[in-house]
Amino acid sequence: MSWNRLLVGSAKYAVLIAFAAFYLVPFYVMILTGLKPLEDISSFEIWNMPKSLDWGSFREAWNQMDSNFWNSVRITIPGAIVSTFLGSINGYVFAKWGFRGSNVILFLFVFGMFLPGQGILIPLVWVLQFMGLYGKVNGLIMAYCIFGIPITSLLFYRYYASVPDELVDASKIDGCGFFGIYRRIILPLSGPTFAVVGVWQCTRIWNEYLMALVVLGNPARAPVTVAIKNFSSMGVIPWNLQMAAALIASVPTIAVYLLLGKLFMRGLLEGSLSG
Amino acid sequence: MHSELSARAKSLPALLPKWLRDDRKVAILVLAPSIIAVAVFIYIFMGWTLYISVSNWNRPALDLSFAGLKNWQRLVNDPRFHIDLRNLVLFAVGYMSQCIVIGFLLAALLNERIRGEVFFRTVFLMPFAVSAVVSGTAWRWLQVPSAGINLLIANMGFESFRPLWYMHPKLGMLAITIMGAWQFSGFVMALYLAGLRAIPDELREAAVIDGAGTVALYRYVFIPMLRPVTYTAVVLTGAGSIGNFEIPSIIGTGPGFATDTLGFYMFEQTFRSNRYGLGAAVATFMLILSIPVVLPYLISVLREEKE
Repeated sequence: MSWNRLLVGSAKYAVLIAFAAFYLVPFYVMILTGLKPLEDISSFEIWNMPKSLDWGSFREAWNQMDSNFWNSVRITIPGAIVSTFLGSINGYVFAKWGFRGSNVILFLFVFGMFLPGQGILIPLVWVLQFMGLYGKVNGLIMAYCIFGIPITSLLFYRYYASVPDELVDASKIDGCGFFGIYRRIILPLSGPTFAVVGVWQCTRIWNEYLMALVVLGNPARAPVTVAIKNFSSMGVIPWNLQMAAALIASVPTIAVYLLLGKLFMRGLLEGSLSG
Repeated sequence: MHSELSARAKSLPALLPKWLRDDRKVAILVLAPSIIAVAVFIYIFMGWTLYISVSNWNRPALDLSFAGLKNWQRLVNDPRFHIDLRNLVLFAVGYMSQCIVIGFLLAALLNERIRGEVFFRTVFLMPFAVSAVVSGTAWRWLQVPSAGINLLIANMGFESFRPLWYMHPKLGMLAITIMGAWQFSGFVMALYLAGLRAIPDELREAAVIDGAGTVALYRYVFIPMLRPVTYTAVVLTGAGSIGNFEIPSIIGTGPGFATDTLGFYMFEQTFRSNRYGLGAAVATFMLILSIPVVLPYLISVLREEKE
């Protein structure tokens, strides 16, 4: 190998390692700070290793936000399941039972998804108040189910469109109807897509902040994202607690990402319409 | 087995009223609740927001009397709105360029059959798995002007270089772009990497046989072929810039609203000051701003998919 190639090769790694450091530093500092007791927290010691492993900050943060954590679980799981199933049946209609104007409807679904959430917030609060769901976990779940329809329908549509029409036609000849085809042909093929969409929806709902803040601002009922905000806007900022809280809130989605990275990646590519 | 299957499948439609035996109608009926939900919760709500923006509703009690363009006049005369527009430009330029340049660079490097590719890819995309709220919390700590990153810079011997980061009264927004790009550049990297992997090897080989070096290969083959990916990245980061809300909500609006955004301004006017009409005007403005970013993109993508 020539010196030149060796140089280029190591330059590549140097750049990759530098960026890996950039992406990891916030996580590193969160862990480092979270492991220090309050009396060792000074912004001048941000880079120092903790003198000993102190789990007190994590314990304290958990004590203050465990109910928020479980709120997030209670919101994310039904929200993800309902919106995923809705997406599956909608995607099936769009892909295999297209009717006049169904393309326009799918287009309007997707278009709405790309617009800023602020555009619907005021009427959303109003309608939820009217339904008695404002400030309630169920109100936020309902909102996530509805606002999840576009992305989940799109993801399933793109997958079902790749299922050969011959398969559907053949079972029509066999006498299968709309639901028969869905149950016998479409659903058995949908396992991986359910996983992709489910992972995507879980991550999105868990991390959502704007709607959660508006609908469930009440600290006792809020999900973790809002709890972090409440932590960071306390008068005297306990950095160790903030970092511990932010890490605790991230554990589920990071775990899903590390364990199911491939599914996560597919959702990302398909959802951005470039998969 | 087969005849049994179809017999069972036949029995259900026989029980249904005649008009429901047509599967096309069943399909529309199944889709109908979703259509209604999206129509109401997205499109009617947007129209409603537009109407609120021309109403007198600027106190807690509901007041939908027509106010004309009063809220809009107030908006365009509000100095905070002007700062937010300037901030939007600053953020969009910094955020979009970082996401696209870093995303492309990392994808190009990873495409070179690098050892440890899975590790690097996993690390680059990890911030995208966490909430923007987490990004804001961690980076606020890192960007404390008196310490944080500045401490590292000082330790490396550049003691006179002490940026104020998000506390900067004019350019604080650029510090926010780092937090945004930290989360989203990995996403753009993934888009580009998938795009690069989709380019057939023969094309690369043909270009190399024709004497193209790495630079020429990228300039004349890869970058033109990746134009659709770049378009996607521009639209996603552009739409993200307009909707930017989470980070200022965590960091605060900074000195002289230096890190304020339209999204946060809307939130504060509406839900903290009960100025619904004014908040709705900001929201409508954000919607109008997003349409030319998103609409041509979706039309072009859908047209391509049909072909």
